[in-house]
Amino acid sequence: MSPLAWIGVALLGGVGAVGRFLIDGAVSRASGGSLPLGTFLINISGAFVLGLLDGLALTGTALVLVGTATVGAYTTFSTWMLETHRLREDARFLAATGNLVLSLGAGVGAVALGRLVGTAL
Amino acid sequence: MGTIDRRELAAIFAGGMLGALARVELSDLFPSAPTQWPWAIFAINLGGAFLLGYLVTRLQDRLPISSYPRPFAGTGFCGAFTTFSTLQLEVLHMLEHHADGLAAGYCAASVAGGYLAVVLATALVRRVRVIA
Repeated sequence: MSPLAWIGVALLGGVGAVGRFLIDGAVSRASGGSLPLGTFLINISGAFVLGLLDGLALTGTALVLVGTATVGAYTTFSTWMLETHRLREDARFLAATGNLVLSLGAGVGAVALGRLVGTAL
Repeated sequence: MGTIDRRELAAIFAGGMLGALARVELSDLFPSAPTQWPWAIFAINLGGAFLLGYLVTRLQDRLPISSYPRPFAGTGFCGAFTTFSTLQLEVLHMLEHHADGLAAGYCAASVAGGYLAVVLATALVRRVRVIA
């Protein structure tokens, strides 16, 4: 990759992270914040968009910039795990298990749906 | 609605830049075919979960109001370094290549490993604090 592309990765990674923070804040305020719905919606929407890009057969630097850098930084694994752990610490076993199972299930579904839409376009 | 703290956003942006750079660099160095175990993303996700668990637990009880380590290192770096979407796309590619066992194993190992990483990091911080 060119130096310019690496600068793009950095800037778009920053954009993805700030986008995640703002959307998580908005969802948490709207939902009351007792369940980690912000991270859930972020991860599922990001999985859909990455599937869409894959379906559109985006490759090379364009895929790295839009997919790996932006969508990759927008979605997150670490916060998903941390929030699940904190739910379990609060003895909210159903919510913790649901957060793992529903995220995985909806995530695969979203990426498959995104790919289907991208292929059709 | 909450007020927007521009310095907090800048800290998240800077952390996100570094996290994305590190992840793209590592994925570049250790590429994997759809029927292989994706070591790069696997290691990134478990390592990032451990780091976030450690950071958040350490900062939890003594976070000063004007402090930016959590937005920078937690929300920014760990959040952007680790990824959910790529993991799910890798799983879809495994399923399309009829590597169902690999897909199931990768999902299970990522979730179990990531969760365990947070448990270990949390326990580590709390044990150190009890001793100190």
